[in-house]
Amino acid sequence: MNYKIIAYVEAVVLIAVIVGFAVYGLYFTNQPVRLSGAGATFPAPLVQKWSAEFKDMTGVQINYEGIGSGGGVKQFTDKTVDFGASDPPMKDSEFSAAPGTLHIPITIGGVVPIYNIQGIPKGLNFSGQVLAEIFSLNIARWNDPRLATLNPAATLPDTEIVVCHRSDSSGTTKVFTSFLSDESAAWNTTYGASNVINWPSQTVGGKGNPGVAAAVQQNQNSIGYVELSYSLQSDIPYGNVQNAAGKFVEPTLETLAAAASAVSLILPPGNASWASAGSYFNLHNVEEADNAYPITSFSYILVYKELNVRSGMNLDKAKALTWFLWWAIHDGQHYASGLSYVPLPQAVVTHNEATLRTITFNGQQVNNWI
Amino acid sequence: MNIHKKFPNFLSKFKTSKKRLSGDSVFKAIVMLLACNIFLILGLMIFKIAQSSWLSIQTYGINFLWGTTWQPFPPNPSTLPSFGALPLIWGTLVTSAIALFLGVPISLGIALALSEFAPKRFNYIFSFFVELLSAIPSVIYGLWGIFVLIPFLQYNVFPILQVTLGFSPIFQGTIRGPSVLTGGIVLAIMIIPTVSAISRDIFAAVPNSQREAIIALGATRWEKARIVMSYGRSGVIGAIMLGLGRAVGETMAVTMVIGNSFNMFTSLFEPGSTLASIVANEFTEASSPPVYISALMEVGLILFALAIIVNASARLIIWRSTRKLKEAEMIR
Repeated sequence: MNYKIIAYVEAVVLIAVIVGFAVYGLYFTNQPVRLSGAGATFPAPLVQKWSAEFKDMTGVQINYEGIGSGGGVKQFTDKTVDFGASDPPMKDSEFSAAPGTLHIPITIGGVVPIYNIQGIPKGLNFSGQVLAEIFSLNIARWNDPRLATLNPAATLPDTEIVVCHRSDSSGTTKVFTSFLSDESAAWNTTYGASNVINWPSQTVGGKGNPGVAAAVQQNQNSIGYVELSYSLQSDIPYGNVQNAAGKFVEPTLETLAAAASAVSLILPPGNASWASAGSYFNLHNVEEADNAYPITSFSYILVYKELNVRSGMNLDKAKALTWFLWWAIHDGQHYASGLSYVPLPQAVVTHNEATLRTITFNGQQVNNWI
Repeated sequence: MNIHKKFPNFLSKFKTSKKRLSGDSVFKAIVMLLACNIFLILGLMIFKIAQSSWLSIQTYGINFLWGTTWQPFPPNPSTLPSFGALPLIWGTLVTSAIALFLGVPISLGIALALSEFAPKRFNYIFSFFVELLSAIPSVIYGLWGIFVLIPFLQYNVFPILQVTLGFSPIFQGTIRGPSVLTGGIVLAIMIIPTVSAISRDIFAAVPNSQREAIIALGATRWEKARIVMSYGRSGVIGAIMLGLGRAVGETMAVTMVIGNSFNMFTSLFEPGSTLASIVANEFTEASSPPVYISALMEVGLILFALAIIVNASARLIIWRSTRKLKEAEMIR
């Protein structure tokens, strides 16, 4: 008899627990808010880190797909994602196709010349002009006098330079060749600035940053270019590049941040076209940029100023999205250095704050606490 | 024979029934429909690729095949992007030729050794390893190519080639790790499993009466092997063509080791590009201008045509040599 009572009690408790879970599941947990973004591959690891941290903190789920800047701008313009991401700012034609776009710089990238010459450590000096001559094979040997004048201390060998570049379509190539085009008129008319370049035929192409790094490491007397984060994580020697103030600057997280601070003086307002900001920071028009690394650029998140243009947007999602962006430009920046990204300098954060405050949903400011 | 004793009733019923089972015709229809899918898939693919490349065909015409510059984004934005596929076709043909030149003798050696000389149980071990080799994804071949093969070739093999064969233009110039020759060597390794496995099966299928006959005439083992090879010639050519098909279309491994330069090379130490590698490199982010995507599609179309030519000529060779063999037998 005793056993029977115990059995009944157990059954009742069990049923109560199951019903309790079911009720809890049905009434007390909301569907998680889901947001989607797509775009540039360069900031993808950072954005994915953010979305993981943000989910732990708020339960908001953010899916970011690194499909490339071009694809990001297209999906954003088609309004199939909640936010887009792009390394270069939108061109004027793209901006007019997506009226109401806000540009929010979220991190900073830089392109770094790397080389492999026996006995030569990091720190060779390059100017934009000389880099353009090297990558167009007009400077064919390392002991060329133009290189020697920039590097009086180094004994450069009398060997042929093996030039390595990205073989895949890449924003890194675009940033690098934009810099070369501004520095060298000859480069601008022969090769120009784009994701894919008609390189001289004797140059070696590698797929992705790892492909270029491998090509440089395996070919003696070679030179190539990679993203800063990639050069920081590997031990390939990299060079200094002459900036607008005439200084030879080593690419580091600090010198890239210095470039971003310098450029923050001339940033367009968030709701304007950023085409003038260009593929990289042209610091020739800025003063006080002594320690700014010259081949530096932003990576942007694109959102609409009025969020109701995206179908399926509601107030919850709009709040979550603005919260996420606000968090990303503040606390999110703490994760940047650990992943070899450059944290935004305060001037750029302040600029972004003003931009984020203008975001509305159905004409109302979304988060009035920001 | 056995089955007649076991199920006499069942079989007799099956034979004598005049009416055909209706399930049979349904099954036949389903299977035929499935078989027709192959035409549908192939047809749709050709149609879609041709349709997508139409813009490029219209813009560049036949010059697309002869052109030697590839500039999707010209420095002066008002000029037309220029596309020409000749260096890509050249790169594809040369790397495939190197692959055959190096891979086929090795494959035939493997096949002959296993069918004529090695003990039988060796065959099981061999087929295990061949299956393993052909199951490796090509991106792994590429990684291995970058980190193992390239340093080895660059410092140990290529300098020797240059010293011994440097008189010919194909081994001159600066030695680079990622190069056309490296691409060809990786391809050779990749086609060995295909060619050797099929050739081995073909040699094994040569009737033993042939071997016994030639040995009875006092032939050496080498002469026996020659007879086996000539008997299975058509099949071996088919195997080589299958290998060639793989070499022509191989993408990832080649992209990783060939150097990816748009280059009408003469020296094999120079970097180059193939039809497949340029698509792998540039298709991912090719969003504008429309003619750019179209040009990449046309590269795909050329690759398709090349594959069809390779396969058709393989069929033709097999068909002709089997006909000759049959004629010879009829005369006999």
